[in-house]
Amino acid sequence: MAEEKEGKKKKTPRQSMPEQGPAVRAKNFDEVPFGYDEETAMLEASRCLQCKKPSCVEGCPVSVDIPAFIAKIKEGDFTGACRKLWERNALPAVCGRVCPQELQCEGKCIVGKKGDPVAIGNLERFAADWERHHGTGELPPIEEPTGKRVAVVGSGPSGLTVAGDLILKGHDVTVFEAFHLPGGVLIYGIPEFRLPKEIVGQEVNFLVRQGVNLETNQVVGRTVTIDELFEQGYDAVYLGVGAGLPRFLNIPGENLIGIYSANEYLTRSNLMKAYLFPKYDTPIIKGKNVVTLGAGNVAMDSARTALRLGAESSKIVYRRSRQEVPARSAEVHHAEEEGVEFHFLTNPVRFFGDEKNRLTGMECLQMELGEPDDSGRRRPLPIKGSEFKLECDLAIIAVGAGANPLLTQSTEGLKLNNWGYIITDPKTGKTSKKGVWAGGDIVTGAATVILAMGAGRQAADSIDDYLKWGW
Amino acid sequence: MFKIVRKEEMSEGNVILNEIEAPLIAQKAKPGQFVILKANETGERIPLTMADTDPEKGTITVIYMVVGKSTALFKTLQVGDEYQDVIGPLGKPTHVEKVGTVVCVGGGTGIAVLHPITRAMKEAGNHVIAIIGARSKDLLILEDQMRAASSDLRVCTDDGSYGHHGFVTDVLKEVCEKEDVAQAVLIGPVPMMKFASLVTKEYNIPTLVSLNPIMVDGTGMCGGCRVTIGGKTKFACVDGPEFDGHQVDYDELMARLQAYCEQEKQCYEEFCTLEQA
Repeated sequence: MAEEKEGKKKKTPRQSMPEQGPAVRAKNFDEVPFGYDEETAMLEASRCLQCKKPSCVEGCPVSVDIPAFIAKIKEGDFTGACRKLWERNALPAVCGRVCPQELQCEGKCIVGKKGDPVAIGNLERFAADWERHHGTGELPPIEEPTGKRVAVVGSGPSGLTVAGDLILKGHDVTVFEAFHLPGGVLIYGIPEFRLPKEIVGQEVNFLVRQGVNLETNQVVGRTVTIDELFEQGYDAVYLGVGAGLPRFLNIPGENLIGIYSANEYLTRSNLMKAYLFPKYDTPIIKGKNVVTLGAGNVAMDSARTALRLGAESSKIVYRRSRQEVPARSAEVHHAEEEGVEFHFLTNPVRFFGDEKNRLTGMECLQMELGEPDDSGRRRPLPIKGSEFKLECDLAIIAVGAGANPLLTQSTEGLKLNNWGYIITDPKTGKTSKKGVWAGGDIVTGAATVILAMGAGRQAADSIDDYLKWGW
Repeated sequence: MFKIVRKEEMSEGNVILNEIEAPLIAQKAKPGQFVILKANETGERIPLTMADTDPEKGTITVIYMVVGKSTALFKTLQVGDEYQDVIGPLGKPTHVEKVGTVVCVGGGTGIAVLHPITRAMKEAGNHVIAIIGARSKDLLILEDQMRAASSDLRVCTDDGSYGHHGFVTDVLKEVCEKEDVAQAVLIGPVPMMKFASLVTKEYNIPTLVSLNPIMVDGTGMCGGCRVTIGGKTKFACVDGPEFDGHQVDYDELMARLQAYCEQEKQCYEEFCTLEQA
């Protein structure tokens, strides 16, 4: 602090994490950054001003007590730091890696007004990783059993948050997952190089050790319905099933071999470990010239996965301009460093294939920006006669997801909006069906891990109230 | 884990029947629905339409042909062994109602899928004519069961070693000509469904087919199983697996089934070499 006031000594700059070089990492699936060592973490922690009214906490969807956990790191009490995180966040090792901190906590950091904000995400990641590697494994205290049973449908970030919160309050929690492994998008969607699956497994295991029951291979809506869950004696149900319906472009040639939804491409690679084929049995098409349509985080993950699977070129084709790119800036930066090429203001028109129905290329159209549209972003308009061909043998459609109707259509009394998303009370996550809450992408449409967790937190508080006091 | 309680080899050891403990699925499953099976940690998720269920015993039955690494791996599982994962029931059940005369046509392992549908159609009060076919007599499966499930069974073999010498389509045409058929159900290899659908179309007979595209999750999440029905893209896992046989783009489906033929070959050859060693 003295350094800041007097301005004589040099300010400690934001500490960056060492990471694998772009040329090396673009050929492997290992995590890109290595993380802080203890010394660097304590140095970075010393940059925090310990504000009395911390803006960073306001920027956090789950209201982590950020100054408190950073103070613990500064003192060298890393277990204490992780415990502070766990009070508000069941998945700190995940959030430290995938949250868009620049838009949340770090975006509000006072230190950031005049320079680089405190690296809150890196510190969160450090504390969680340290505890995983060196911690005693001691569990947080759990309240007396209430005898109430809660079913959580979906084991993604929002479901795991609900499970983590309610188990601490003494409720009996069971998580139902349709896939054979828990974690939802953390397991099937986000690649190993951004979020190692071992970490997801350990965060889930932490919940299981606290007493959360986990039922995999259970497709709620098919194997069991929500009404049957109530008949089985569950007192409350939380629906965190994700968006889970891939959007396609609806342009000619889209069913050619070599065109994947990002969901399919990433699920094959991440969940089914097709990047280890033939050691793992699930195959994946490895393109030489790969085009990813879209420019969100999922698109970046897809384009970077393609490089790691041996693509000679990996292109992002996006119909708007660089300013409108929805991906985290860190992901765009990493992708560019690794050699992903960006084609902005470019719109796909049709796909071409050979006699075996395999993709050989696509036709695109150049766009220009017009007046703002409903989303407030300038609408891309086609430039007449600007058609051109792009050669590709693999195309990945990453233009978002819609609401998967499998569960919602098999459940009576659940009100949906025009797009098939579940309508909830924005403060509590309550649905129109008694005893049923919902949150995450099945309510908001495709968003981020941390927003889904924030919705889970709200719903967990409301479920706890309901179980104690009534609807 | 899902234990195998019964295993049978048919069709010269190329077609395998597994009865598997899966009580939750057995209670829910209806004819026409499928499950996804995964043998072990490194295994692939393979969709198979159920051939039978026993809710009281808590078992489901699947019948598959050994065509590649994953099914060869399934075949190594013996009674008492377990599948690591079985997920279901998935897909929409067959719409069964009394319509009069129903013709059920099955080829190869498609007969296994056709069997519970045939039985349900008969139980609903229909007069059910079943036509089943195989390349030769030794490869034919479930003849007795199909005879019991239908009102009238016709058998064909491509080589004439048993029953009618020729394809199921020949017999189907004959039946359509002579009988007042209200509904057709065609399940088998894609070319069989394609050509049998052409026959029923001639006679304007409403026709159901059950499609088996490549899938990953089986819950509508990946879109890998997309098929073109009447010019529109549908997901076989949630919109099907049964569709109007006259609307299906069979050529596209056949091409898409070949998406991984090279990888599958590589994987299978490695597995066979290991098995022999």
